[in-house]
Amino acid sequence: MSETTALGVAQAKRWYWQRISALVLALCVMVHLALMIYAVQGGLSGAEILGRTQGNWGFAVFYAVFVLACAVHVPLGLANIAREWLGVGESAAWWLARGVGLLLLILGMRSVFAVFTGGS
Amino acid sequence: MSEPLNVRLWRGGEDGRFVSYEVPRRDSQTVLDVVTHVQRRIDPTLSYRFSCRVGMCGSCAMTVNGLARWTCRTHVSKVVGSDGQLEVGPLAHLPVIKDLATDMSGFFDKWARAQGQFSGTQTRHDDFAQVRPDSAQRQAASAGIECIGCAVCYASCDVVAQRPDFLGPAALNRAWTLVSDERDKAQTERLRAVAGDAGCHACHTQGSCTERCPKQIAPTLAIAGLKRTVARAAVRGKL
Repeated sequence: MSETTALGVAQAKRWYWQRISALVLALCVMVHLALMIYAVQGGLSGAEILGRTQGNWGFAVFYAVFVLACAVHVPLGLANIAREWLGVGESAAWWLARGVGLLLLILGMRSVFAVFTGGS
Repeated sequence: MSEPLNVRLWRGGEDGRFVSYEVPRRDSQTVLDVVTHVQRRIDPTLSYRFSCRVGMCGSCAMTVNGLARWTCRTHVSKVVGSDGQLEVGPLAHLPVIKDLATDMSGFFDKWARAQGQFSGTQTRHDDFAQVRPDSAQRQAASAGIECIGCAVCYASCDVVAQRPDFLGPAALNRAWTLVSDERDKAQTERLRAVAGDAGCHACHTQGSCTERCPKQIAPTLAIAGLKRTVARAAVRGKL
């Protein structure tokens, strides 16, 4: 396989992961919205949120999956935008994307961990 | 007698400018009629392309009031602005040779890069290939084979503008008609040629190509088909 073909196939796989993570996100967003609408009924407090999430494996797993999907989907999209609107080169766009992906993963998982354990 | 038409035509190369001409209005006048009038009666140095002048060859494609279209099939009355303005320029996203004529070699090179050529294995000594015309695959191929390479879709696509190496709707549409052709035996090479950001995967499904195609072809659908086929092949390790 030539270098151009290998690059093309890699880009095709990225596109594929963009679509898969979008599917996951569509589901996660709908569940999250429904949850939020339910949760804000009659007001909302930090204690109320933690009361639901603390020690709750269901919530932890759900939001961990949500974070993972974001960490895949967002960098792919940002790299494309950087390429098409800012004229950033292929390699530079990908390093930018990986950086953002890592940031989202760390911040996201920290949040999931925090609401699961109930904070310090 | 109605007011004369004020038309602005692009003169010069990439760094040219619009020049105004006054052209008599006529019933059922097309934009090609207007351009022809300018070249024959006003300024013979105007360069433009046309051939059949009856909406079959696609040679007269130009940018009319910002949109790519066949000028022989565009009635002035349908596109002239409320201020009586008509602006005609060369097709977008192609190098300008002079005035309204563009260099289309890049457009056709991309056609070749998308493996837009049929590769069969039968010879004259073999029997005819038996292809069912009502199969889904053949219908998909037939839906796209009427393309005459006029570049209206190419000129209408934002991704073509933003990614210089993007093969474009016409080339990818042609690739799809061959991917859908059961007689063709170069499928792996073709899928490799159209995979990636220079190929079908950069398409954002903007749909301008399908909207503007004068032959009602849908390159958007063809590209979606290529995406599906490449994904399937990649997942099965066939790429």
